[in-house]
Amino acid sequence: MPNKYDAIIIGGGHNGLINAAYLARAGLKVLVLEQRYLVGGATVTEELYPGFKYTVFSYVVSLMRPEIIRDLDLPRHGLTVLPLESTLTPLSDGTCLYRDNDHYRTLRDIARFSQRDAEAYEDYGRTMLFMAKAVKYMLGIIPPDPTKINPKDLFGLAGLGKHLLGLSEENLHMLIKLMTMSSADFLEQWFETDVLKATLAASGIIGTFLGPRSPGTAYVLLHHYMGEIDGNFRTWGFAKGGTGAIADAIASAARELGVEIQTETAVEKVMVKGGKVAGVALKNGNEFLSDVVVSSLDPNMTFLKLIDAEHLPVDLLASIKKFKFNGSSGKVNLALDAAPDLKCMPGYGPHLRGAISISPSVDYLERAYDDAKYGNFSQKPYIDIIIPSMIDPDMAPPGKHVMSCFVQYAPYNLKEGTWEERREEFGDTVINTVAEYIPNLKDIILHRQVITPLDIEQTIGLSQGNIFAGELSLSQLFFLRPAAGIAKYRTPVKNYYQCGSGTHPGGGIMGAPGRLAAMEILKDLRKPRREGQ
Amino acid sequence: MFSKKFANYFILRILLACNFEFFFEISMPIPTPFHLRTSVLCKSHEWRNWSGYLAAIKYGPTHDHEYYAIRNSAGLIDVNSLFKYEITGPDAALLVDRIITRDVSKCKVGQVLYTSWCDEAGKMIDDGTVQRLQENHFRITAADPSLRWFQDCGLGMAVNIENVSEKLCALALQGPNSRNILKEIFTGADLDSLKFFWLADGEIDGFPVTISRTGYTGDLGYELWVAPENALKLWDALMETGRGHGITAAGLDALDMVRIEAGLLLIEVDYISSMKALIEARKSSPFEAGLGWSVKLANKDFVGRKALLAEKEKGSRWNLVGLEVKWQDIERLFDAVDLPPLVAGTASRLAVPVYKKGKQIGQATSSTFSPLLKKYIALATLKTEYAEPGTKVNFEITVEFVRKQAEATVVQTPFFNPERKRSCPKSE
Repeated sequence: MPNKYDAIIIGGGHNGLINAAYLARAGLKVLVLEQRYLVGGATVTEELYPGFKYTVFSYVVSLMRPEIIRDLDLPRHGLTVLPLESTLTPLSDGTCLYRDNDHYRTLRDIARFSQRDAEAYEDYGRTMLFMAKAVKYMLGIIPPDPTKINPKDLFGLAGLGKHLLGLSEENLHMLIKLMTMSSADFLEQWFETDVLKATLAASGIIGTFLGPRSPGTAYVLLHHYMGEIDGNFRTWGFAKGGTGAIADAIASAARELGVEIQTETAVEKVMVKGGKVAGVALKNGNEFLSDVVVSSLDPNMTFLKLIDAEHLPVDLLASIKKFKFNGSSGKVNLALDAAPDLKCMPGYGPHLRGAISISPSVDYLERAYDDAKYGNFSQKPYIDIIIPSMIDPDMAPPGKHVMSCFVQYAPYNLKEGTWEERREEFGDTVINTVAEYIPNLKDIILHRQVITPLDIEQTIGLSQGNIFAGELSLSQLFFLRPAAGIAKYRTPVKNYYQCGSGTHPGGGIMGAPGRLAAMEILKDLRKPRREGQ
Repeated sequence: MFSKKFANYFILRILLACNFEFFFEISMPIPTPFHLRTSVLCKSHEWRNWSGYLAAIKYGPTHDHEYYAIRNSAGLIDVNSLFKYEITGPDAALLVDRIITRDVSKCKVGQVLYTSWCDEAGKMIDDGTVQRLQENHFRITAADPSLRWFQDCGLGMAVNIENVSEKLCALALQGPNSRNILKEIFTGADLDSLKFFWLADGEIDGFPVTISRTGYTGDLGYELWVAPENALKLWDALMETGRGHGITAAGLDALDMVRIEAGLLLIEVDYISSMKALIEARKSSPFEAGLGWSVKLANKDFVGRKALLAEKEKGSRWNLVGLEVKWQDIERLFDAVDLPPLVAGTASRLAVPVYKKGKQIGQATSSTFSPLLKKYIALATLKTEYAEPGTKVNFEITVEFVRKQAEATVVQTPFFNPERKRSCPKSE
């Protein structure tokens, strides 16, 4: 029978591809089905204006697990991560806060606002290093369920307990604060400078429907700090060729391991026979048979769309129904005729190779959130800008540039009008905001792409446009991601698995869900593990 | 009181003035012809003495961007400190053939050879490139002053040997975008068909430039050769044209990392010139230095051939190889003391012992974490019996002041060998 596979992975995002690669590495015959014309999901690079390559959705990388890079030998398949060296926060008075890889220069710049903060900055960095190290352990384990009394969970809990007790008292307290506080309050412990607090706090709101003063955002802050590049935590980078190059490298590694990838093949339903998966039915009417089916889509798609409700327990359906998505972000991608010129730092220079954060004060961010709370997009949004062509000149023709603006907040549910009607208005709001700090911006725009949460949902299938495939709130993490009892990548249907960012440890270009799910699947299939898995 | 103060001040001024003059008289190291540009860009003010010249270690606060420029876009490197010699005359080919271990008859006009040269005992003196400019006109680059040795080798031959180090400036443009930058400004030859280790004469902005497709990075790249009066014009033309292609001035820290990735040797680090070695044991033959492929024992005679023939017969005691150190081991060793792995950063030129079953079997002489390959790599000289690719050895690593060992695997070099290094858009 030609169409029979050992495992079919639904969705060719980075987690789906990583899952497929690990399964194929263990000897399985694997097929990946992707509905779009290209693999990558949210990690894609597309040339939407001739000669200009957009990092359409996700745009930076840091969280990608080093063991995955090593196991799949991704550098050989073309993965190169270029460093993002600085963060610049422009202020409305024409000055800015500029932090770069020159440690003492950065401290001097912070000291212009507060000498105390400059000294606290080092202490903060050290604390966050310990925190990132503390949670790194959790990124590599299957989340044990504390309510279950079975050897596996107890063993997992014992390991976790041992790890946590191994932390110093001071670090354990800090970890609990991180888990419960708002990012603004958390940062208040060190800093008095508004712009510094705001820019750091911004990492705590990315992808969430929460403000910098909402409890729980400190954890999201940490989530963005867990990334390590070459053993250095907190470092962020830009993949040469854009985030699409990451997906391409993983796909290339997967193909080399024997994975078959079919694009433009949308799955309609997972077929179930006798409480066990039998394969998938495609939208075009065809069917593929398989012993194992893995969904890399978000929990909403995995449990409420891909599979008929009759196969799932009612309480599970109810809890997935309550799983929060609350998409809150949009994007504006620009093709530029020349280099942008900043009001606070005119001219060409290394500052254009880093991030530009429109986050002048904590109040500014909170007000941006206020708009969203009541169903409007922020009139003065938080914007995280990078200029990919400054980091990788091949992203645009010589002398021309592409600019990626990540925008928050853009609530999925608008009170007035629809996203279709208001897309350009949203785009204008973003451009107007950025142009306050980059005066030549409007004169150099050749093309723009405005992405709303609705676009994210419709194009790449992330429900309500949530970039993490489900909010990263404490109530939806670890053994509760995506719901109690199904946090170990399995589902109530035998041989139906989940491996997307909606599972532990969550979103970002991390790949951990894809890899951990593969390990669990192989355990169930009793396949021997290879070194590194 | 006042007069004494004044007198003191006056004496101080005189002393300062003298000192100042003194400083200029024998300032050392001296600037290269590119210094007016490099000194403005070198914000770190970190310089190294490279053969008596000032060479930037890194331009920015860290070398990361320069390293990635060489691999991702283009790096511009002042390599003027190389020694350059021109050999002309009816016996020029004969002399070059006598000096180097490779076969000059295989080197056509317009071609370049990488080679080493040895003493009579077959021990390496230096390594460099040989450009065949005309049938009997060669240019040799060397890391060390070599005039006396070349002259000695040429005794009785109809040759002229000239040190052109001061007459000719060298600048390296290396990286995937280097060809596209040069294509915009270089006229006189088609760079799309200029092959790896070939050279071409032409012009940039009206002044003559020789371009050789060579370099010390193991990437697509070129070295440019110009007269000193055109040095700054060349620098400016490249920087201006290169901006849209991501050109970046790169220093020695970045260069050291990429040359290790490329498996290229550094004299006085990976091997010691037989002219300088204090003891016999420090000398290396080309076979021992991993350059066996460049020793052509048939059809020609050269200095050291007899000794090398004998070595080939008998087998070499040492072999220079690549090592890949197991990253998980490094992580584990650091994790045991609660630290993240503190090895990423610059290349190390400190020799590190390499062990097998507790016994030292050689030393790693250059090592670096490769951010590109995500591997910790090293060049090591090991006893031949342990030099087979795939052999597992132990690499010494110091963690929190304690010497530990991490597993390493012997591999073939280069560690990084992109297709673009050799490929031609228009192959003939």
